[in-house]
Amino acid sequence: MKGKKFRKRLESIRNIRKHELQDKAFEYLGLFCTLLGVLVLATLLLDVLIDGLGRINWDFLFTGTSRKAAWAGIYTAWVGTLWIMVLTSLIAFPLGIGAGLYLEEYGTRGRLSNFIEINIANLAGVPSIIYGLLGLELFARAFALGNSVLTGALTLSLLILPIIIVSTREALKSVPYTIREASYGLGATKWQTIWFQVLPASISGIITGAILSISRAIGETAPLLVVGALAYISFTPKGPMDSFTVLPILIFDWISRPQPGFATNAAAAIIILLFITFLMNGIAVFFRHRAQKKIKW
Amino acid sequence: MNLKEKIIEKLLFFCSLVTVLTTLGIIGVLLVQSFHFFSKVSLFDFLTDTEWTPLFFRKRYGILPLLSGTLLTTLIAMLVAIPLGLTIAIYLSEYAHKTVRNIIKPLLEVLAAVPTVVYGYFALQFVTPFLQHFFPGNTLAGFNALSPGIVIGIMILPLISSLSEDALYAVPKSLREGAFALGSTKFQTSWKVVFPAAFSGISVSVILAISRAIGETMIVAIAAGQQPRLTFNPMVPIETMTTYIVQVSMGDVPHDSIEYRTIFAVGITLFVITFILNNISFWLKKRYQEVYK
Repeated sequence: MKGKKFRKRLESIRNIRKHELQDKAFEYLGLFCTLLGVLVLATLLLDVLIDGLGRINWDFLFTGTSRKAAWAGIYTAWVGTLWIMVLTSLIAFPLGIGAGLYLEEYGTRGRLSNFIEINIANLAGVPSIIYGLLGLELFARAFALGNSVLTGALTLSLLILPIIIVSTREALKSVPYTIREASYGLGATKWQTIWFQVLPASISGIITGAILSISRAIGETAPLLVVGALAYISFTPKGPMDSFTVLPILIFDWISRPQPGFATNAAAAIIILLFITFLMNGIAVFFRHRAQKKIKW
Repeated sequence: MNLKEKIIEKLLFFCSLVTVLTTLGIIGVLLVQSFHFFSKVSLFDFLTDTEWTPLFFRKRYGILPLLSGTLLTTLIAMLVAIPLGLTIAIYLSEYAHKTVRNIIKPLLEVLAAVPTVVYGYFALQFVTPFLQHFFPGNTLAGFNALSPGIVIGIMILPLISSLSEDALYAVPKSLREGAFALGSTKFQTSWKVVFPAAFSGISVSVILAISRAIGETMIVAIAAGQQPRLTFNPMVPIETMTTYIVQVSMGDVPHDSIEYRTIFAVGITLFVITFILNNISFWLKKRYQEVYK
């Protein structure tokens, strides 16, 4: 009798030990996986920096493309990226913020706004290259805009529209309903309430989403390749109807070339692209922080 | 005054209508061009032929090699991202100190902000040569499915780890306390109580990640090669659906030729697959929200 009890107890102690060991092991595994993720990010950044940092100089930034790696620069590409950034912002921000306002403030929870909502969720999941096919047929060919900056900007605008709409709605949702009621109580119309109360209170959140979306747009390559952006352009665009290239496309072109000099060029251009991307994300984080801090309802 | 209000409302309504027009535009463009394509090539051949050679003299239009290429890279990506992402999510939500979580989570999300063309460079210039050390005798080709697959897995890692962590974090504390009171370890609580409770939220993140991996273009266009091949061997060059669209877009294919229309036939296949996946995740998300209200 006694021996059986003793054995049972010993077994349960072993069991507890086993589970404690398992618990500890998983904690270390979790830590390891997390650090692995961070390590991969660090490796990626270091690899690019080591490959490309030595190539960046004044000439690299301010000369155009060339068939010789040592002579080639990124001037036409970053000017093109700037064009895309400005045009896409001009098209996508008003449309996206407007749509967000409509769905959040006017949308009458009816069948139509429900449908629009599902539709936006679906659009956000469409692969970016499909937007390229749309831009190619609709803007480049049906509207006869060709492979112009405008075609690229319109295509990217449609691509980032869901991101802007969703973030605008989130920002508007954070404004308490009492603010709107107080405004109505003072006799303000709906638009006056939105323009003078709701928008100023939510502007930081809206800007955060807008900057993140444009940072996504300037990193896009596939849709612009499909609408016909070229890698080899000797002039910067002078107007929205000129053909163009952007940093990601130039990088892709350089990676695809067999001569070793171009790989170094690609790494150097990647550093510039990453710098722009991270800078914009940093600005967005700043605005998000402000949005969370500024007003305590 | 009243008129101004009405005009503004109409204008804002038009803005939200643009999203519907976009969807109609995508479906319309894909349908019209695919219709022309399928009037020349039978749907049966498209779905069953085992060769894809529209740009060659002897033309064959079987989507299977492109489909297998996409499936292979996606599969490798998920083999990397799901175990790693879920372990990180559980570690950050259940084990890690709050400060660690608040530092690591945004740091991992930086991975999602890196442009995909940069990942392509990383796959071709760093990961492939690195992997070749482990496969002696040139068994791993310079272009292969393995390296871009792994890199796609890294790209979608924050999607799984962050969204799953959100789902785990949202599980009520009382469930955990109940499990601890019964003598469970953190490991047992995490995997047998918290994980099942957050399962639908986790599935949403995984499905979205699969959909992203299928639609990923630049990483595979740079590092996987351009050879449509019906194989599940990760060591040889392949071609995905997305890469094929890029390849044709960069060439000089005359508009409205059958070669030009192939990219829309491939595009609609890609669209249908991601559309189904997105709607499954949308449906799951809705169910999940109902459970928690």
